[in-house]
Amino acid sequence: MRFLRESSIVFRRQIRMNLRNPAWVLIGAFQPVLYLLLFGPLLKPLVTQFGATNAYTFFVPGMLVQLGIFGAFFAGFSLIGEWREGVIEAERVTPASRTALLVGRLYRDLLQLLVQALILIGLGYALGMDASFGGLLLGVLLTLLIGGACAAASNALALTTKSEDVMAPVINVVMMPVLLLSGILLPMTIGPAWLEKASDFMPIRHVVDAVRSAFGGDFGSSGLLWGSGWSLLLFGLAIWWGTATFRKENS
Amino acid sequence: MIRARGLVQTFQTRQGKKKTEVRAVDGVDLDVAEGEVVGFLGPNGAGKTTTLRMLTTLLTPTEGTATVAGYDVVRESEQVRRSIGYVSQAGGAFSGARAGDEVMDHGMLYGLKRSVVEERGKRLFEQMNLDGLWQRMPKNMSGGQKRRLDIVMGLIHEPSLVFLDEPTTGLDPQARANLWEHIRDLRARRGATVFLTTHYLDEADALSDRILIIDQGRIVAADTSDNLKAQVAGDLVEIEVADPARVGDAAARLTTITDGRAEVEVEDRMVRGRVPRAGRAVPGLLRDLDRAGIDLDAIEVHRPTLDDVFLTLTGRSLRDAEAAQQGDGGEPAADDPEPTDAPEAVLR
Repeated sequence: MRFLRESSIVFRRQIRMNLRNPAWVLIGAFQPVLYLLLFGPLLKPLVTQFGATNAYTFFVPGMLVQLGIFGAFFAGFSLIGEWREGVIEAERVTPASRTALLVGRLYRDLLQLLVQALILIGLGYALGMDASFGGLLLGVLLTLLIGGACAAASNALALTTKSEDVMAPVINVVMMPVLLLSGILLPMTIGPAWLEKASDFMPIRHVVDAVRSAFGGDFGSSGLLWGSGWSLLLFGLAIWWGTATFRKENS
Repeated sequence: MIRARGLVQTFQTRQGKKKTEVRAVDGVDLDVAEGEVVGFLGPNGAGKTTTLRMLTTLLTPTEGTATVAGYDVVRESEQVRRSIGYVSQAGGAFSGARAGDEVMDHGMLYGLKRSVVEERGKRLFEQMNLDGLWQRMPKNMSGGQKRRLDIVMGLIHEPSLVFLDEPTTGLDPQARANLWEHIRDLRARRGATVFLTTHYLDEADALSDRILIIDQGRIVAADTSDNLKAQVAGDLVEIEVADPARVGDAAARLTTITDGRAEVEVEDRMVRGRVPRAGRAVPGLLRDLDRAGIDLDAIEVHRPTLDDVFLTLTGRSLRDAEAAQQGDGGEPAADDPEPTDAPEAVLR
């Protein structure tokens, strides 16, 4: 109860600031929309080659995960600004739970992600995507889990580095292999065996597969199980890391 | 109100490949009684902010114990947090948010009701001369207004103990004087105990009942300003002798009224010495010099300053200590380096 109260105070404060400067939210949503409009049509003639029937049912899940990961990774940047102005320290001298300080910020990131996801799904439908409601729900849930994990990790990274100049390259270094090895744009199955093998070690790839399975209505697949497992694990780890940094003395 | 024993904080720093352990705070003992205003004085990097962060539960002591407002800072950190207000150097209100919103959210994180926070916040705005700025963003406030807003945030839960970290750093002289009034009010109006760090001597002198001096992570003195100054052997008397040939003569006569602890210095036509209660001794000295036919161009008497105290205690002047700190750079604590054009206060 107290946790809910404290985290919602932090959440409302964050939302208020976001609404004052909504540029980032819009840019974040605009990017996948462009992918969908400008890259989706290229997939249309190719989908049959990798065993899918509908280009958008294949592509929207990838875009959702991409949105979840990349949008959330930038969440930490605003935290550095707050830290610099003493906001984090001021919050840390209050008796509020350290986890609530982090989770309140995650609510904001998740709400933002949810809005963006709904835009993307709406647009996907308009373009001819074919997915069941249950599949959508599960897919969005997985997206929110992985997005929450990335947002928590981003906040933790921000409080650890305390510098945009350090954080930006770190994010870039992480982002490239994630993008290339997750099959977000094209499925890994069409590549050579070694590349597919390599992508097996990329947890996000399993998440992408899982969201695709959910959208495709393939609820019994092992991919869905693996992806859900990874999402939960990453979410748990990131929350733990994030809380630890908020608790840590030096931040 | 505060009792600390053997507080130690160490940091790992890296210079090149070599890892070294820095003891930013190296065994601090301190006691602050209820209702006291205590100034925590020391050069940058002396360990002021680090000590403060341990007392405010932001940093876990590497060694030692501290109780603040009756609670242990490590085991009962939540109760400590409820009892204290802390105004950090950086402030605490986001520059791009509305002042009133920041105060409301901050107060509500203490578990206070919205209506209570709003009523208190608005009253504090009035008391701190921030009337009409509830909706303003801190980035559009003057330095002094911003500092007063930070203090409002630190007072919103009506703490009995308030920590102020370098409250007037970076303010112009007028804003400083104004803020001093507000700091004095904290006790006068609310009976709060105030613990403030500063590296301005005049600030510690003007505001505090008692002064703790910290240097290189250790408390080197703790007493009232007057008592500290009394430790310095008297007032500084400087005379400028008109005839260079009589300088030695004048120095000999000045020596008769010093207490002999420090030597009389001679530099060109200037003669300097420490004289206990110079106000009483100087008239006699002047008659003496007059009778001997030694003409003076000038005479000056300086009361001891806290800088003299610092010099007596550490063998360095506070300014030298600051310069040395800024020179070596690799400083672990959050003590921000100060601009070198600090107010004249340091010189006084």
